[in-house]
Amino acid sequence: MWLYLLRRVVSLVVSLLVASAVIFAVIEVAPGDPASFMLGMNAQPDTIAALRAELGLDQPTVQRYLSWVGGMVQGDFGTSYTYRTPVSQMVLDRLWVSLPLAIYALLLTLIVAIPAGVFAAARRGRAGDVAVMGATQLGVAIPNFWFAMILVLIFAINLRWFGAGGFAGWENGFSPALKSLTLPAIALALPQAAILARVMRSSLIETLNEDYMRTARAKGLTRAQTLWSHGLRNALIPVLTIMGLQFAFLLAGAIIIEQVFFLPGLGRLVFQAISARDLIVVESVVMLLVFAVIMVNFLVDLAYALVDPRLRRPG
Amino acid sequence: MKLNLILGAAISTLVVALALLSYVWTPGDHTTIDIANRMKPPGASGLLGTDHFGRDMVTMIMVGARTSIAVAIVAVGIGMGLGVPLGLAAAARRGGVLDEVIMRGNDLIFAFPSLVIAILITALLGPGAVNAIIAIGIFNIPVFARIARGAALPLWQREFILAARVAGKSRLRISAEHILPNIANLLVVQGTIQFSLAILAEAGLSYVGLGAQPPLPSWGRMLADAQTLVAVAPHLALVPGLAIVMTVLGLNLLGDGLRDRLDPRLQRVRT
Repeated sequence: MWLYLLRRVVSLVVSLLVASAVIFAVIEVAPGDPASFMLGMNAQPDTIAALRAELGLDQPTVQRYLSWVGGMVQGDFGTSYTYRTPVSQMVLDRLWVSLPLAIYALLLTLIVAIPAGVFAAARRGRAGDVAVMGATQLGVAIPNFWFAMILVLIFAINLRWFGAGGFAGWENGFSPALKSLTLPAIALALPQAAILARVMRSSLIETLNEDYMRTARAKGLTRAQTLWSHGLRNALIPVLTIMGLQFAFLLAGAIIIEQVFFLPGLGRLVFQAISARDLIVVESVVMLLVFAVIMVNFLVDLAYALVDPRLRRPG
Repeated sequence: MKLNLILGAAISTLVVALALLSYVWTPGDHTTIDIANRMKPPGASGLLGTDHFGRDMVTMIMVGARTSIAVAIVAVGIGMGLGVPLGLAAAARRGGVLDEVIMRGNDLIFAFPSLVIAILITALLGPGAVNAIIAIGIFNIPVFARIARGAALPLWQREFILAARVAGKSRLRISAEHILPNIANLLVVQGTIQFSLAILAEAGLSYVGLGAQPPLPSWGRMLADAQTLVAVAPHLALVPGLAIVMTVLGLNLLGDGLRDRLDPRLQRVRT
């Protein structure tokens, strides 16, 4: 187990280092100098040079990479070129929108997907299964930003149950804030729920075909008992993997939904930073998102190894 | 389920046919602005009405289909063209340095939030259809590499491959002549699925203004234009949205149908 852990930690660190190098390199070769971008078209060359020096852009590439990575390890993500505030502060502010939104969307996903998947698997090949599978086909085909527009049209413009966009802020109370995240969370959850329901169904069907399920039935357990106590537990492993990936996706992938609803989240921060050539913000936030994905995968792998010793062997 | 295959093939053919038809004939002109005739509801002017510039919506959808399909074809082509050889190479020397590098590299690309990176690439290189293709294509490479490797590995244990090796064929030739034809089915199925994902991705990128640029119509930008007008003229949002849903649904059904038909392992399980 310890050897396994060591191997995983080493590969984790290597992944993070390579990812940071890739991100840095992409930003480095990208056209558009932040200093000249900030100063506009009529700026004097010596003003640009002064600003470049102030931002540290005149240092050699390798040194800038090392100080960026070194800073991040200590929690210093640099200072935004345009806002002149620490990136870590900006990220923390935005995280209060993105994190609850991702959790909210994931909860909605689970509430819909798990029962739907179990229902479909238990009625495999029958009308209920066909209906659920048809609905999931539709769910994965609908672009979430379009679904968001339709939700706004129905629930914000026609029924006036929700606002059409913006974030109420947690300081104004829990329920207004939650309410302003509801439509975005539903829009985000739809395709995820469709995917997860399909995974749940196929995983459960596979489990139901296992020999130990027949044994359980032979021991005299009812169909429902075998399904819930033996089937579901074993079928949840692939579901957990996908869930982990989905959570990471929801954190980063809300970028377009945040744009639709004018939510001040992480995705919108990246988007605005890209358009303003605020490259240090882009670099650091993208790195944080990649870090989140890699960490989630690492933790999911680790959880498996704890549960299932067969997975500890190198393979 | 044969229904999947028939329905999927029918819808996909229809969309491709409309896109091709737009090269020779469209009901209107997508570059002519006719403000007097703007935002007419479906039926009042043309089958699907007109947009906020008075352009015929049927025309916009047909030419938009062209953009979506072109971007998706090239993006999936990049993914297949680079991913499949990488996957085959990794499988040919299983556990070798190349295999390790390719698979770890793949893991890494999977870890990147694809949408954020796609937006980053298109924003930094400049918005446009070509850069959208690159951004979407990059994330297709690991998908195909993984599929190709996974399908090729068990084949390397089979007798006919052993026979080919005994006959003195190189690993490269075996990969090209024996492995590739045997995994082609799987690649076609995955290609269909990636194609539908590419259409969704293109719509997302052009929705945020980073896809194909005006005057070239694209479904995603039609949605973006419709956003502020959705209360006045809902058809502006409904028509392109439904076009995307129908196309993606058709491709997914086609992929499912093809998989059921081409993968004999599934046929046993299905009973």
